[in-house]
Amino acid sequence: MTENRPDEVLASLQADESVVIDRLRARLAADAADAGLLDVAYRTLDTPVGTLLLAATESGLVRVAYAREDHDVVLQALADRISPRVLLAPRRLDPAAYQLEEYFARARRAFDIALDLRLAAGFRRDVLTRLGEIAYGHTGSYAQVAAAAGSPRAVRAVGSACATNPLPVVVPCHRVIRSDGALGEYVGGLDAKRTLLTLEGAV
Amino acid sequence: MKPFDDVVAEHGATVLRVCRAALAQADADDAWAETFVSAMRAYPSLPADANVEAWLVAIAHHKIIDTHRATRRRPVPVDVLPESGTEPGPGPGEHDALYDALKRLPDKQRHAVAYHHLGGLSHREVATVLGGTEAAARRASADGIKALRRTYQQERAHR
Repeated sequence: MTENRPDEVLASLQADESVVIDRLRARLAADAADAGLLDVAYRTLDTPVGTLLLAATESGLVRVAYAREDHDVVLQALADRISPRVLLAPRRLDPAAYQLEEYFARARRAFDIALDLRLAAGFRRDVLTRLGEIAYGHTGSYAQVAAAAGSPRAVRAVGSACATNPLPVVVPCHRVIRSDGALGEYVGGLDAKRTLLTLEGAV
Repeated sequence: MKPFDDVVAEHGATVLRVCRAALAQADADDAWAETFVSAMRAYPSLPADANVEAWLVAIAHHKIIDTHRATRRRPVPVDVLPESGTEPGPGPGEHDALYDALKRLPDKQRHAVAYHHLGGLSHREVATVLGGTEAAARRASADGIKALRRTYQQERAHR
């Protein structure tokens, strides 16, 4: 038998810990939610437009983020702007994840989940609340949305409201295109915009 | 301030080792969860320059002390089942033997070893958590390791 130094023996304890840690982290997520401490819960979801990050406060879904936005950066921004009490806690996101899966399977045309729009303010928020008026499978132009929001000349502002939409896919900024029929820009990239509009049968 | 999830990812294993060194497994799991719930409650007001690991180990230490107090108050049944019947797995493994050896150390040595060698705290930080001087914490840790080496290797020789 080899003579182990106690420090080396102690180091060997690390080996079997990760399974236990995963179980304990799930328990922590539940305990923190029960204690009212889970200010931001998040999970990821694999979809035809890549891995989406979903985050929710106690009020509702607060953020959907594409992989190209860098999920670590997005989580840090949520910690800075809402609360550093952020945990991987899939349960709160179950309804959103389930409805998104239905949407991508063409089994759902509208989302029925509570939204927390606190990350959008002022005119941008007005624009986002108007976007729901463009029905599934249809598109509207930036100019039409500006007119509907009561500021027909604020076409560029509508563009930036869409570009900073904290809840893409669920708040359908992908349905806003240019007046000449070109797709315009998209927070998830043009491929994602095309994929969503094709899925909805709009293009 | 980092998302609390990063704190759990970075320090979860350290806190688990500290709890397991001082408590039976079910109690250690409880202490781990209670430590992170308490830490999450206080996290937004933690100073930016705080030593997060030392802060977590100090919270864990309080949970461990609370558990020891509660355990001493717990009534002890007269007819105790044989201990082997309560083992969940095929039998105690290498790690269990080490934890057993750790648990037979006197409180002060056990905590000093756990917090310095498992928790990664400096002797000065161990002294802050346990009370007493840095030199005393260093001595308790060294004595604990010496005793551990003796009993643990005896134990392995018997297996």
